[in-house]
Amino acid sequence: MPGKLKAKIVAGRHLPVMDRASDLTDAFVEVKFGNTTFKTDVCPKSLNPQWNSEWFKFEVDDEDLQDEPLQITVLDHDTYSANDAIGKVYIDIDPLLCTEAASVISGWFPIYDTIHGIRGEINVLVKVELFNDLNRFRQSSCGVKFFCTTSIPRCYRAAMVHGFVEELVVNEDPEYQWIDRIRTPRASNEARQRLISLMSGELQRKIGLKVLEMGGNAVVGYLQCFDLEGESGLVVRAIGTACTLDKLSSGSAPNTNTHVHPNTAPASNACNSPSKDGKEPVFGEDLPSSSGPPTPFRALPTSSSSPPPFSPSKPCSRQSSSSDTDLSLTPKTGMGSGGSAGKEAGPLKTLLRQQTQTALEQREFPFFTLTSFPPGFLVHVGGVVSARSVKLLDRIHNPDEPETRDAWWEEIRQEIKSHAKALGCHAVIGYSESTSICEEVCILSASGTAAILNPRYMREGCLDIGSTDHRFEEPSPPSCGFCHIPYDELNMPFPAQLTYCYHCRRQKVPDVLFTTIDLPPEAAVTGKGCLIQARLCRLKKKAQGEVNATAISNLLPFMEYELHTQLMNKLKLRNMNALFGLHIQISVGENMLLGLASATGVYLTALPAPGGIQIAGKTPGDLSNEHHILTIQKRINDAIAKNKELYQINPPELTEEGVGSPIPEPRQRSRLFRSHSESSDELSELDLSHGKKDAFVLEIDDTDAVEDIHSLLTDAHPPTGFYSCNTEIMPGIYNWTSGIQMFTSVRVFRLSNANLTNQGLNKIFTDLCENLLKSFYFKLRSMIPCCLCHLNFTVAVPEEELIQVTVTAVAMTFDKDQTQEKPADKPITKGSSETEEQLQFPLELCADTSSANTQPSSKISGVPESTNVSSRVSSLERCSPLPEGRSRSLRSSRSFGGSSVTVVKMTPLSFLPGIRIIKYLGIINMFFIRETTSLREEGGVSGFLHSFIAEVFAMVRAHVAALGGNAVVSYSMKECVLMENPNKNQAQCLINVSGDAVICVRETDQETTASMTNIGQTCSSGTDGAT
Amino acid sequence: MAVELDVFVGNTTIMDEEVYQLWLDGYTVNDAVKVRMEGGVMDECEASADVLLSDTMDQYRTFQMCERLLHSPAKLANQLLFQIPPHRQTVLIERYYAFDDAFVREVLGKKLSKGTKKDLDDISAKTSVTLKSCRRQFDNFKRVFKVVEELKGPLVENIRQHFLLSDKLARDYAAIVFFANNRFETGKRKLQYLTFQDFAFCAGQLINNWTVGAVDNMVEDMDVDLDKEFLQELKELKILITDKDLLDQHKSLVCTALRGKTKAFNEMEANFKNLSRGLVNIAAKLTNTKDVRDFFIDLVEKFIEPCRSDRWTAADMKLYLTHYTNSAHILDTFKHQVVWDRYMGVIKSCIFKMYHD
Repeated sequence: MPGKLKAKIVAGRHLPVMDRASDLTDAFVEVKFGNTTFKTDVCPKSLNPQWNSEWFKFEVDDEDLQDEPLQITVLDHDTYSANDAIGKVYIDIDPLLCTEAASVISGWFPIYDTIHGIRGEINVLVKVELFNDLNRFRQSSCGVKFFCTTSIPRCYRAAMVHGFVEELVVNEDPEYQWIDRIRTPRASNEARQRLISLMSGELQRKIGLKVLEMGGNAVVGYLQCFDLEGESGLVVRAIGTACTLDKLSSGSAPNTNTHVHPNTAPASNACNSPSKDGKEPVFGEDLPSSSGPPTPFRALPTSSSSPPPFSPSKPCSRQSSSSDTDLSLTPKTGMGSGGSAGKEAGPLKTLLRQQTQTALEQREFPFFTLTSFPPGFLVHVGGVVSARSVKLLDRIHNPDEPETRDAWWEEIRQEIKSHAKALGCHAVIGYSESTSICEEVCILSASGTAAILNPRYMREGCLDIGSTDHRFEEPSPPSCGFCHIPYDELNMPFPAQLTYCYHCRRQKVPDVLFTTIDLPPEAAVTGKGCLIQARLCRLKKKAQGEVNATAISNLLPFMEYELHTQLMNKLKLRNMNALFGLHIQISVGENMLLGLASATGVYLTALPAPGGIQIAGKTPGDLSNEHHILTIQKRINDAIAKNKELYQINPPELTEEGVGSPIPEPRQRSRLFRSHSESSDELSELDLSHGKKDAFVLEIDDTDAVEDIHSLLTDAHPPTGFYSCNTEIMPGIYNWTSGIQMFTSVRVFRLSNANLTNQGLNKIFTDLCENLLKSFYFKLRSMIPCCLCHLNFTVAVPEEELIQVTVTAVAMTFDKDQTQEKPADKPITKGSSETEEQLQFPLELCADTSSANTQPSSKISGVPESTNVSSRVSSLERCSPLPEGRSRSLRSSRSFGGSSVTVVKMTPLSFLPGIRIIKYLGIINMFFIRETTSLREEGGVSGFLHSFIAEVFAMVRAHVAALGGNAVVSYSMKECVLMENPNKNQAQCLINVSGDAVICVRETDQETTASMTNIGQTCSSGTDGAT
Repeated sequence: MAVELDVFVGNTTIMDEEVYQLWLDGYTVNDAVKVRMEGGVMDECEASADVLLSDTMDQYRTFQMCERLLHSPAKLANQLLFQIPPHRQTVLIERYYAFDDAFVREVLGKKLSKGTKKDLDDISAKTSVTLKSCRRQFDNFKRVFKVVEELKGPLVENIRQHFLLSDKLARDYAAIVFFANNRFETGKRKLQYLTFQDFAFCAGQLINNWTVGAVDNMVEDMDVDLDKEFLQELKELKILITDKDLLDQHKSLVCTALRGKTKAFNEMEANFKNLSRGLVNIAAKLTNTKDVRDFFIDLVEKFIEPCRSDRWTAADMKLYLTHYTNSAHILDTFKHQVVWDRYMGVIKSCIFKMYHD
């Protein structure tokens, strides 16, 4: 009996009136875990009942502790008829199973009902007593830490990165079981919520076991997804990166710190003693038990699978064959982007390859879900690799053996791996997987960035940055090293132009670089970045079964190509040469496919300047046409010039020596082919222009082309004072202030049933996305100067003629005056400026005209009015909810009649500007269903969804607060599925959110700042040492 | 082709004060968009009409969802649904409970009943405050009235604590509750020149000096009902006008004090008996509920109007009332000094406040 779970029901408040006669409620509570249920007394006639129950104790296996949620049901007692349910609270007790995370869950939880939404709140206390169990055959994996964050979490250092872990579990969807016909919608929704909660618990436990097997103690970049396959079942799957993490004690230098932000330095004193770190090693291997130099660690191959031998240097076709195992209708398009080949194959590279091979070859899939790495980890980046596959769903017959789904993913991963190999890379980073399902057709997608990693991290435990590993010493500085091509120049995987690196002049670099990762913090960047999106709609005929799947398969390559072309054109138009955080989503509907590619464009100093874009007419003789072309050309040139200014792209003047021919010669042309012309034959032409800087040519040969050029030019710039990106941080902005505002926005657009063309659809879709962005800028105008970070767009086709776009992002303020400064130059100034800025901390977002006006204006003028600021601080200090002290004091004031609610900040990023994370409390992974049969009364679909999203936020905040936390980082809304039937006055929505609950403190006191500055220095010097 | 659904939800609830005011003022979404466009907000951020419409709809929805909480402002502080910074909460509440002077002037002293609510469209037409806004304000009055009706303790303090209002607004609400409870007549033509603030000031005076709460602060309704005992005692003041000697004596004392100090001396001397009768009669009749209701009319008719027709200045008025009050203390046969002071103190400050054009 390895665990005892204890729960106590304290009180309720704001309960709904359940008895119309008395306008009161006779409430009691059922507490259920597994198959055991306890009840409190009935608290008669009160909307604010005080139960103050005894401690309900459940004695359970730790396996159950991991899988099951604690279920609290609030009911209204009725003497004569059945008791009415008021609502439920599900509490995931996983955070209590990790000794370093939360020790108690205590606080007010919203009581949630799937039909009525939030109905009052309940105060609950939960504790777990865990007994150590050294059974090596155990099924539980308590103690493995999970992080959604896709970088090494602050206050930890990576002793070792083990690699890819994945798992999936399947089940029947309760919504589609026969019993659903006779039970109420509420019962059905609750069955679903509970099942998914159970499945996520099980999945997490299984992944945890794999991690323990590999010798790790944590999963970073944990990405869990649901596939609602309808009739054929429910799949919950997850991927992540297994790591061995050491907690940093307060004094140690943050050498895993991957961010430019100085306050990310994770000096943490609130973390528990590090000796508890790797609890219960499985195979008798000792984990590093202190923050001292950890013992070297051997990479353990996963025992179950026999990894195939892996030779990264073997050339291999980048494009996969279109054959499929079961259906032979799979177009798996690989997309390698960027890149050109150089001339001499570096012998060093070969050496590097051979050595890294050993570290990686044991892995079946050398994949990493991380998007940001400790300095020195990332050696070279090859380009984006992606694979897609179209499958027909059929019922999952045996939920215990989800082999088909496993096989599907396995296949795709193999493909990704071979693409990476073709790019001369042995690893894939920034890896992610997704699906899009419509009826019985399912598109599986995976993408990542092919890369070469420094094997140190995988081979041994010691990662001290100061001690450079000389064997792998890079001849190039870190600010450009990752851009250098990893593949063989003579055997290039795809045609591209290579030049010598504009930064170090020693290695070859491609002309453009596409990646799915975040911009490495040490990368040299010119100017600022910006969000670049390619949007595409393709109509398809309605069809069934295989015919449908084939039709979709046939469309996919064209869509990928077109999206790629759009991205490339938009990148050139902005005068940039690299994309980071590239995410391409292809969504399938009954009669159309939607493609949306988002990325953050940036000008990498190491890469050559992009040429312009040139317009060419098909029929040169035609005068009017000529004139037309000239006008368009002028507009494009103007746009490029304007963008240069807007994003402050002023690359340093280049000297000629050693570089091919860096000065753009407008007459030299390469050609860009439109999607309908098959390009393979003409590629030679492209190669002819190799080595010359030149303009892209857009040929205007038909109306399509004109449309395309128009759409190229219609992307509006963000208004003055705004920037946007989809990466963690905005390239070129380093001085964040502490104002943040996370938001979620959903729009659904109904297409008229008029005959729509692809062009018409494209325009509608583009406008939809552009208008969304415009709305954000407008709504957040009081935060100027500010940047929308981590703009995550998700598209879906929920029904025929409906397009749904869901966006989650965070707006962050920054100090305009210092945007030009690079962090490396002045770590100290930056540190001090940070302290100044935190003064404005609690001013979240306020549309409050008075304060909103004073704040930005003082910033713009650049003179921080110290008196003004300090007075504001004093007034805000009072209302500031952030705990200066520790969670305990917070908790005591909260649980017992404290009226104020803890402010919980949320951000999709892994950090909070001006705030230091001192403790990770565990993963938040919540799934909610909301249904209504009175849609009109709730304000239509908008009203319905608005309140549901607000409720979801409220429940996330409540859970975090109950864990003793005050922020959620790496927050994301994975799923937002809305189904409506306005005629029946009904709607249903499913939302899945996740993130990491943390405790963080403001960096206020002088002492901290001083030590921060020191750490910043150590950090920067450490980085230097590693180069 | 249309946007079927459009929502934006921030972790910190976003509220634009300008839009909030438009919503409170009862503008429809479309009218609000028009007003905002004219206000030039579009230039600020290169926004289009669509953007403005979407933003306005979002905000209106948010406000509607918040409205339930605003009905019991204490809930706003510990609800979990909206994360609103405390200073922002204060603004929301204060604005929600703010009212138009033109509107409150119309319902001041009326019974806060369904009947009055039915007349709101007339009031809306008359004051050009939208019906929606009228309803909100009326419901606010009624809600505050209902809550404080059952509470013990000081009226202003109760309102402030229960509705988390500023001191100023709590005082105004106290005045509204007080007027509604005693049904003071404020609608007559002769009273039209008085503003709500004039009445609110007078209400404050009455609450502080004439109610039960002025002597005992732990009774129910202490600040809403006038002190019955005191009203009875006021009858004793009649002696000042019924006893001829006393009246003459009083007059000569006042005239002696005033002589040479004001240009209006002759008029004061000539009118003394009339004015004094007026004031004392008002006091004597206050035991009748009907006469309480006419308190302000009587003050205007019996005192303010005669003085105004004699062109007294405000300073004259002050001088006269000061001496009129003080001289009564010197009258040896006049035994009701305490009651007199309690009465005249309020009358004096009310008349000062009300004596304007």
